[in-house]
Amino acid sequence: MSNGQSERREMTGAEMVVQALKDNGVKHVFGYPGGAVLPIYDEIFQQDDVEHILVRHEQGAGHAAEGYARSTGKAGVMLVTSGPGATNAVTPLQDALMDSIPLVCLTGQVPTSLIGSDAFQECDTVGITRPCTKHNWLVKDVNELAATIHEAFHVATTGRPGPVVVDIPKDVQFAKGMYVPPQTAPRTSYQPKVQGDLDKVKAAVELMAGAKRPIIYSGGGVINSGSEASHLLRELVDLTGFPITSTLMGLGAYPASGKNWVGMLGMHGTYEANMAMHDCDVMICIGARFDDRITGRLNAFSPNSKKIHIDIDPSSINKNVHTDVPIIGDVGRVLEDLVRLWRASAKADKKALHPWWEQIAKWRARDSLAYKMNHDVIMPQYAIQRLYALTKDMDTYITTEVGQHQMWAAQHYHFEKPNRWMTSGGLGTMGYGLPAALGVQIAHPNALVIDIAGDASVQMTMQEMSTAVQYNAPIKIFILNNQYMGMVRQWQQLLHGNRLSHSYTEAMPDFVKLAEAYGGHGIRCDKPDELDDAIKEMISVKKPVLFDCRVATLANCFPMIPSGKAHNEMLLPDEATDEAVANAIDAKGRELV
Amino acid sequence: MNAQLQPTGSAYFIAKETEKPENHTLSVLVDNEPGVLARVIGLFSGRGYNIESLTVSETEHEKHLSRITIVTRGTPHVLEQIKHQLERIVPVHRVVDLTVRSHELGQERPLERELALVKVAGTGDSRVEALRLADAFRASVIDANTEHFIFEITGKGSKLDQFIAIMKPLGLVEICRTGVAAMNRGPQGM
Repeated sequence: MSNGQSERREMTGAEMVVQALKDNGVKHVFGYPGGAVLPIYDEIFQQDDVEHILVRHEQGAGHAAEGYARSTGKAGVMLVTSGPGATNAVTPLQDALMDSIPLVCLTGQVPTSLIGSDAFQECDTVGITRPCTKHNWLVKDVNELAATIHEAFHVATTGRPGPVVVDIPKDVQFAKGMYVPPQTAPRTSYQPKVQGDLDKVKAAVELMAGAKRPIIYSGGGVINSGSEASHLLRELVDLTGFPITSTLMGLGAYPASGKNWVGMLGMHGTYEANMAMHDCDVMICIGARFDDRITGRLNAFSPNSKKIHIDIDPSSINKNVHTDVPIIGDVGRVLEDLVRLWRASAKADKKALHPWWEQIAKWRARDSLAYKMNHDVIMPQYAIQRLYALTKDMDTYITTEVGQHQMWAAQHYHFEKPNRWMTSGGLGTMGYGLPAALGVQIAHPNALVIDIAGDASVQMTMQEMSTAVQYNAPIKIFILNNQYMGMVRQWQQLLHGNRLSHSYTEAMPDFVKLAEAYGGHGIRCDKPDELDDAIKEMISVKKPVLFDCRVATLANCFPMIPSGKAHNEMLLPDEATDEAVANAIDAKGRELV
Repeated sequence: MNAQLQPTGSAYFIAKETEKPENHTLSVLVDNEPGVLARVIGLFSGRGYNIESLTVSETEHEKHLSRITIVTRGTPHVLEQIKHQLERIVPVHRVVDLTVRSHELGQERPLERELALVKVAGTGDSRVEALRLADAFRASVIDANTEHFIFEITGKGSKLDQFIAIMKPLGLVEICRTGVAAMNRGPQGM
C-alpha cells in the first residue's frame, strides 16, 4: 500500500495522518517534533514514503513548505507541536493567506480532556489561526480524522488556494478508528466557481477589440492557476498584441524577454508600466487584486480606463477599484474562453495600437531602472544583473527576503517561466527567503536555488542554514549587505528628515565565518571586478553558501511612487536628488506607509 | 468605490467615505459546526465591519444548518464586501442581503421581528398602568406575583424600544432582547 489509494480499515489516528498524507500525494513534510505530536513522529519513523525535513524553527517549516508549494504547484505540508509550535506557525500561515499559497499545517494539541485547562504547551490553536487560515479544524473524534485531512487538502488547493490548519489532540492520535480514503464529493457549502460567465467574457472581448490604449495587468493568480494559464496568457498577448505588465507575485507568467513585456508595475515598477496603467483606455486585470502597492493613490488610479477583472475570488472584485466587466472564475478556464472567443470574433487591429506602442517606447526611453555604475563599490543593481547574467541559462529558482534587495531582484532579475520566483508579497515577511529556498531545493534537488537576501532579513531565519546542511540542500544565500535595513532607511529619508532611527546594524556577524560554523561555505566580495568570479564560485560549490556581497551602503531603490502620489507622479532615479527625496512626500502622505 | 470619485490617499489608501452608510439585514445559512459563529463574528471584527444585531439558531436539524441573521451598517460598497467575505467562509452556504432583496421585490424592507422579555416591579398605580400599557402593546404576562410582572413582547425593534421607554418610569428592572429575526415577504425562500 505504498503510494496507491488505500482502503477503509481500522488504524490509530497517528497512522491515519501518515496514510492520509500518502493518499494526498505528499512526498515531503517540513516539521519540528514535540510532546503533542510524538505519536505521529513515531509513525513517520516507521515508513519511507513520506520524507520529513527537520527544520530549526517552526516558522522555517512554514516558509519552506510555502517555497515547496510555490515552486511545484502542489500543497506544502508542515507538522508542528501544540502551543509554541502552533504559534510559531502563525507568520507563515498569514503569509500564505495573503499570497494564496496552498499550505497544509498539521498541529498537535493537548489531549481532548485537557483542552481548556491551561495544560502544558496548550494554546487555542484554532482560535489563534482562524483569521490567518482559509479554514481550520479541531478533530475531536478519530473517526473524522481521515476525512478532515482529505478535506483540508481539498480546501487548501482548490478555489483561491490558501493555508489550512488541522489541530489533532494527542489522545486522538493514539485512538483507533476507521480510516477512509479521499472522497470525491466535497462539502456542499464549499464550491468555488471556476468557469467564468460566458456573457461577461464576450463583453470583455468586445471591450478589448475596441481598445486603442490597452494594457494587460496580470498577477499571482495566473501562476496559481497552473502552467496552462501562463501558456494561455502568452497566447492572448500574442493574439492581441497588447502590452503586458505584472505584479510582483505574477512575474514569470509572461516571459521577461517577450516583446510585449513592459516590466513590473507598482510602487517600484517601471515608468513605462505605471504610465501605461495610468493612461490606458482598457485594462485587463488577470488574477491580481489591485493591492495598494500597485494602485498608488486610488482616486488617481487609471482614471480614464474601462476595467476588466478576472479573479476566482468574488470578494476581490470591486474591493479597491471599481470594475466594469468582472469575470469570476479560474484564470486558466476564463483565459481558455477568452482566447477562443477572441479567435472566433475579434481581429487584433495591431495597426491601431501603433501610436500606443510609440508612446510606450517614449516612456521606456526614460530608462527608469538606470543607476550610476561605480567601479570601486558594488552597486546592488549591478550585483543582481551579474547574478542574472551568470545564472539565467541554468535551471534556476529565485527566492527573496523583504526590502530593497527584493525590489531590485524583481527589477533586474528577469523571469521566463512561472513558479521560478518565490517572494513574500502580501505580508512582506522578512526571513521568508532562506527557508523558502530550502523548500524549493527539497522539491528540486538538482536545481540552482538562490535566495537574494538582505543582511537584516536573512538574520531572522538564519538558523535554517543548519537544516540546509543536514539535508545537503545546496541553497545559495546571496546577501546584498549594505549594513542597513535599506527600505526602512529609504522611508526614513523620505518621511522622517533623514533621522535614521535604528535602521543601521552596528554589529553585523561575519557571514563567511557564520557559513563555516554551520558547515556551509562562505564567500565575501566587495569589488565589482571580482564579482563574476565570486558568483561562479558560489554556483560551483555543492554546499549551502552564504555569499556576503558588500554593496554600496546608501543606494536607494528607484523608481518609486511615493506615498500619496499617483502612477504618473513617479520619482525617477535621475531626479531623485537629496532634496527631491526629502520633499517627495507631503504632509498628507506622511501618515501613510 | 469608484476610483475617480475618491479623495486623496496613497499607498495605504485612507479614503474619506463619501457614500452614506445604511442598515442592512443579512441572512447567512451555515453548517452548524463548532466555531462557525466565531468565524462570522471574527470576520466582522477583523475587517472593521459593524454588527447592530445578531441572532443565530439551528433551523434545519437533519441537515445541521443554522441561520444567522445579522443587522449591519455600512456603505453600499462595504455591504457588498461583507456579503462576499461571508461567502468565502467554508461552512457558509448562502448569504442573502434581505434588504437588497426586498428592494428588488418592490418593498421597502424585509419583515423583521424581535422578541423581548421585560421585567417590571412595583405596586399601586404604576403596577396597574404597566399592565394596561402592556395590554395596549399586546405584550403578554408570562410571570407575575404581587410585586412584579415579566412581559413578553414581539414586534419591530422600534415598537420594543417604545415599550421599554414607557416601562422605565413604571419600575423597569431588566430587559432581555433576542435581536432581529428576518425574512422577505412573498412565497419564495431565501
